[in-house]
Amino acid sequence: MLRVEDAQVSVEFSPELLNKMADTVTRYPEGKQKSALLPILHYVQAEFGWVSPNAMDQVAAFLKIQPIEVYEVATFYTMYLLRPSGKYVLEVCRTGPCGVVGADKIMDHIEKTLGVPEGTVTPDGLFSWRGVECLAACGFGPVLQIGPEYTFYENLTEASVDKLIGDLRKGIKE
Amino acid sequence: MKVTIDGIPVEVEPGTSILNAARQIGGDIVPPAMCYYSKLEGSGGKCRTCLVKVTKGSEKDPRPMPKLVASCRTGVMDGMEVQNITSPEVIEARKGIVEMLLINHPLDCPVCDQAGECHLQDLGFEHGAAKTRYEFDRRTFERIDIGDKIQLHMTRCILCYRCVFTADQITNTRLHGILNRGDHSEISTYISKAVDNDFSGNVIDVCPVGALTDKTFRFKNRVWFTKPVQAHRDCDKCCGKTTLWYKGEDVIRVTGRKDVYGEVEEFICNTCRFDKKKTADWVIEGPSKVSHKSVISSNHYEFTPLPVVKTNPVLLEANKEQFERDTRL
Amino acid sequence: MGRKLLLEHINVPGINTFDVYRSKGGYASVEKALKTMSPEEIVEEVKKSGLRGRGGAGFPTGMKWSFLAKPEGVERYLVCNADESEPGTFKDRYLMTYIPHLLIEGMIVASFALGAKTSYIYVRGEMMPQIRILERAIAEAKAKGFLGKNILGSGYDLELYVQPGGGAYICGEETALLESLEGKRGNPRIKPPFPAIAGLYGCPTVVNNVESIAAVVPIINEGGEEYSKLGIGRSTGTKLISAGGNVKKPGVYEIDLGLPVEEFLYSDEYCGGIANGKRLKAVVAGGSSVPILPANLFLKTINNEPRLMSYESLSDGGFVSGTMMGSGGFIAYDEDQCIVRNTWNFTRFYHHESCGQCSPCREGTGWMEKVLHRLEHGHGRMSDMDLLVDVSKKIEGNTICPLGDAAAWPVASAIRHFRDEFEWHVTHGAEAVTRNFGLAHYADPLPKPEVLA
Repeated sequence: MLRVEDAQVSVEFSPELLNKMADTVTRYPEGKQKSALLPILHYVQAEFGWVSPNAMDQVAAFLKIQPIEVYEVATFYTMYLLRPSGKYVLEVCRTGPCGVVGADKIMDHIEKTLGVPEGTVTPDGLFSWRGVECLAACGFGPVLQIGPEYTFYENLTEASVDKLIGDLRKGIKE
Repeated sequence: MKVTIDGIPVEVEPGTSILNAARQIGGDIVPPAMCYYSKLEGSGGKCRTCLVKVTKGSEKDPRPMPKLVASCRTGVMDGMEVQNITSPEVIEARKGIVEMLLINHPLDCPVCDQAGECHLQDLGFEHGAAKTRYEFDRRTFERIDIGDKIQLHMTRCILCYRCVFTADQITNTRLHGILNRGDHSEISTYISKAVDNDFSGNVIDVCPVGALTDKTFRFKNRVWFTKPVQAHRDCDKCCGKTTLWYKGEDVIRVTGRKDVYGEVEEFICNTCRFDKKKTADWVIEGPSKVSHKSVISSNHYEFTPLPVVKTNPVLLEANKEQFERDTRL
Repeated sequence: MGRKLLLEHINVPGINTFDVYRSKGGYASVEKALKTMSPEEIVEEVKKSGLRGRGGAGFPTGMKWSFLAKPEGVERYLVCNADESEPGTFKDRYLMTYIPHLLIEGMIVASFALGAKTSYIYVRGEMMPQIRILERAIAEAKAKGFLGKNILGSGYDLELYVQPGGGAYICGEETALLESLEGKRGNPRIKPPFPAIAGLYGCPTVVNNVESIAAVVPIINEGGEEYSKLGIGRSTGTKLISAGGNVKKPGVYEIDLGLPVEEFLYSDEYCGGIANGKRLKAVVAGGSSVPILPANLFLKTINNEPRLMSYESLSDGGFVSGTMMGSGGFIAYDEDQCIVRNTWNFTRFYHHESCGQCSPCREGTGWMEKVLHRLEHGHGRMSDMDLLVDVSKKIEGNTICPLGDAAAWPVASAIRHFRDEFEWHVTHGAEAVTRNFGLAHYADPLPKPEVLA
């Protein structure tokens, strides 16, 4: 899962990120700063596009916990990207109700349009896509979301996916 | 508090778990436990092999519990009545659990160092079926060395979490943990790191299967060809009380002293475990007690005369001499 | 037309802002509770209302509150479970998106009733837009003196925070949620102890679903007894139902409990029938975890009585011919849907979401998925159905948390009611890849129950 070259990437946290981290810790009682781990990993992913081992080590040092505690958490939750991904990660819901209204077709269409299989990055580095489990928008399916803001695109059709990808290529994002 | 397990009453302290109450009775009615380890706080509840049926909650509230409960993590109540081997439901559920534990296990006992002292082997033998219904590829992982003395063969792991608790509670830092989730979970350090501190070797002792093995013993011998002997030494790091495993004149392995449930009496340090492999390093106390059910006792290192020998004083004497010759160190 | 208690003002423009919400009578329950009621009185009102947890288990909320331990000098916590991830359910997302102040209002009242000085709303990470909405709403409420120190001069202090999850269905289980909130892996805890005794940070904690918390607002405003007059029997009040799948008008509907399912499914006020003029084949009534029912058994109970949208009526017939209310995730399947495929899809979900802590669920969900995958793709065997039922039985009831049951029930019920469709997938393996089994007899009227002489 973790490639050697990825393990060696080192990153520098911006002052804004550090401020946000410090601010988040204040939500919890004294000594329970580990609670800030999930939000902080989201901030890190928003800043760097993925969660690198080096970033996790820095988070561990900041929260005064062992690095393995961060790795355990980051690998448990599916939202954290543990290797570099495309600038836009299209996450398509593929569970039950979305499946009933055509999520599979949408995923096939995305694969064909982007020309890369699930979990890989397009050569231009702009896109990757993956099927994810229920996004709790079952009445508006098929749906997809794009981080780090997790904007939602509902009632997808092949045409609306084409438009979305076209817009993103031009740098337009809602 | 009085609790009755499979019809056998026992008096226990408040706060005792059903499993420990059963262990106070002993014998066949003790539920098997793959993940619970009495010396590790917070362990247990995960493997589900120790499930039992509570037919009477307590004297005050005699209602039965609706589901089978994990006996290792359920406290006794006064007047509680529990069924283990007398409940067909429990036997059936346990059979199911064993099947689940084995569907992704490689069953490579013939090449596994743990064979002969493996809890999963015993469990499968006692509660499992001879055939599997699972027809898909089994989950596999690469073998990795965590430190120069310990090998992790994740494919065999049953995710009991004992080694994680050990690292948390016995050593000063934890470098390995459970990564990923579901049936992709694995014990790992994430980025390659050597787990190396004075007590790291204890993860080998607590591992119920052959997932964590002693590299200094690896492929040296089958455990049933070795002879366990109790010994101690003055150690400045640990209690120094160990079991030495002899092959002929050589100490080929050192472990903690394990009780009848496979738990070590006290944790030992890596110096005792890995570096003291000469008889001269140790004060020998005598042969270890091994259950007559264990394959390890097939080597007859302990003095247990056959009934026919017992009745004949001449044979008895000769047998004693033979035994002493055989066990001379 | 049922009464709308939660969604009454949902269509008012700007209802997501404090001022508009306040002008529509918002935060009245906070004033009433903090100024005129004691915490015990609030708990009593909620008990009287008969409100049952809206997250899925249906445990009476007032009772849950009264179990909370109150040792001296130990913090107590209220945590709102907004980790809505049950396939089929999207009511909490809807509520938080459009009327966030309702949740915050409920949180203030509930926190006051429980004596919590810090409360958390644990929102699943994928709902980042809703997290931003809630954070903005909290800031507004705080600026107006409804949060923070000395709320409305009552001397009661409350801080409310939103905590994002990281993407894990299992964190909807209350102890897994607490683990996650503590910054750990979402492994459910072994109970006892229950959260009411030792929850967040080892302190007494109550975990409630978004909708349950929101329902506290009308209960306080109108009184528990008024609330309990709505609904039917032990299913009191209103319930948000997320309608999805092949219905004509998917969406979130607030219904009086006790509404006939036929009316909910076919009347224009609610789902408006099945999309594209098709016929109904099957229904999952309360989110993916509850047993699936064929159309005929869903619309009528086994005794040929009309089924109602209530906890009791939906579970009429037990697991043999009934289902469950669950979280109110209503998924309708039309005649073109394949039950085998759908069951495989759900099993894949549970396999993906199993935390991996205890062995039956970790290994069993993967096993079931593989067998169902084989069946769906035309390589199954006749013995697979019995194998699946057996594996599901080995999981059910033997796991640490209810995820094992939730994974087992859809499989067992699909085979129970749609066995001939599964068998057809075996006997017509090649055909099953290209076309569906169709409606078959699944909507036929039930045979009249035999009258015993």
